[in-house]
Amino acid sequence: MMSVTDKIIEIIAEQAVLETSDVTLESTLEDLGIDSLGLVESIFAIEEEFDITVPFNANEPSNSDFDISSVSKIIEGVTRLVNEQAA
Amino acid sequence: MKRVVITGAGTINALGHCVADTMKAMAEGQCGIGQLEFRDVERLSIQIGGQVRGFEAKGRYNRQQMSLYDRFTQFTLAAAAEAIAQSGIIFSGETAAKSGVVLGTAGGGVSTWDDNYRSVYEDGKNRVHPFVVPKLMNNAAASHVSMEYNLKGPSFTVSTACASSNHAMAQAFQMVRTGMAPAMVTGGSESMLCFGGVKAWEGLRVMSKDACRPFSANRNGMVQGEGAGIFVFEEYEHARARGAEILCEVAGFAMSSDASDIVMPSKNGAARAIAGALQDARLNSEDVGYINAHGTGTAANDKTECAAVADVFGPHADQLMISSTKSMHGHLIGGTGAVELLACIMALRDGIIAPTIGYQEPDPECALDVVPNEARNAKVDVVLSNAFAFGGMNAVLALRKV
Repeated sequence: MMSVTDKIIEIIAEQAVLETSDVTLESTLEDLGIDSLGLVESIFAIEEEFDITVPFNANEPSNSDFDISSVSKIIEGVTRLVNEQAA
Repeated sequence: MKRVVITGAGTINALGHCVADTMKAMAEGQCGIGQLEFRDVERLSIQIGGQVRGFEAKGRYNRQQMSLYDRFTQFTLAAAAEAIAQSGIIFSGETAAKSGVVLGTAGGGVSTWDDNYRSVYEDGKNRVHPFVVPKLMNNAAASHVSMEYNLKGPSFTVSTACASSNHAMAQAFQMVRTGMAPAMVTGGSESMLCFGGVKAWEGLRVMSKDACRPFSANRNGMVQGEGAGIFVFEEYEHARARGAEILCEVAGFAMSSDASDIVMPSKNGAARAIAGALQDARLNSEDVGYINAHGTGTAANDKTECAAVADVFGPHADQLMISSTKSMHGHLIGGTGAVELLACIMALRDGIIAPTIGYQEPDPECALDVVPNEARNAKVDVVLSNAFAFGGMNAVLALRKV
């Protein structure tokens, strides 16, 4: 089974139309050329994949209880949500 | 070119079931937004909206009509009855042959789609009511108005998302101005407040869970509304000849297309529409006292709209008032410009500027006089109504006191 990290990188790579090898943990979505619509689509794909609800409002990304500033932050957030769900 | 005036107005929306109640609520800064009530609402993460309450279609419309009128058509007919009664215009003979109805709606019969999809997909039924198509089609409301009032001239429905009503009214204005029609019934309606309608919007993640706070630094999204606004646009001499009361003049309009992004607004596209409306109406920017903003309460719209206004008006941007009544009635999507035109009429005719309610924190990117929280008395001679749609399609109307 793929890890959370691998799966998220795959989702983001698909959104960015890149190879998974081009997506690093340090990448920001901006670096990868993902715009606001791409971000909303990525979050939707993540929610579907992990069966979680990601608290994200496009109007206040910085106030959302979910850090999207880099790939690793997204992985951290998703891991937390998946664990909370399991708990 | 003929002069075009408004001789009748009608509405139903979350603030009231008629123009007088709606204007009173706007003047008092009332909020019509609250907990949504409809089937499956508990499955939505967004549960607030500007829902029309206490509107009973039963009793108002007969059984045959009910089977043909989606809620957006019901709203339209209620508002049209008020507008045409106020106008006093009778559509007969040559007037009937040349006058028509142009309305805006983004979704048409959304709840008819929703109910019937539920019936065949969820309930597993294999048969739907024979009138599903004529009930849900986007032009159903315009068609029923034409039949009810004998309007036999140019009639159609415009659908440009959140600018639908302004585009529709611009078309109607143009028809009267060029002499093609002596009068036109125009405006728009929307009724998307059902499970599927709100669920679709929820997906975009631009909706607020608590309130619509346009221009406020802590704004966190839009809130949907529903209802209709309908007007009688009439050629000035035609209105005068029959002694009609004139609410205000429609002085000009402009449309523009951003040609850039399907959801993100463009300052340039908005500015071109605003400047174009002034030019079309042969007005100077200093003439404008009030702008009814598109003001959706999203991060992107409000700062872009303020920047566009600053660009067009220069130093005069700090002298004029701009407010968003969506804070009170919600965003009526394709019907929004029509209901918001009431705030423009109230400003011109009554000298009352509707406020932007829910305003809590100044935003340096929206540093204009947004008439926060309380209505203001002010004499204004010229107002604008902005509408900037998803898809980058903009329509701005200019109105003048008569």
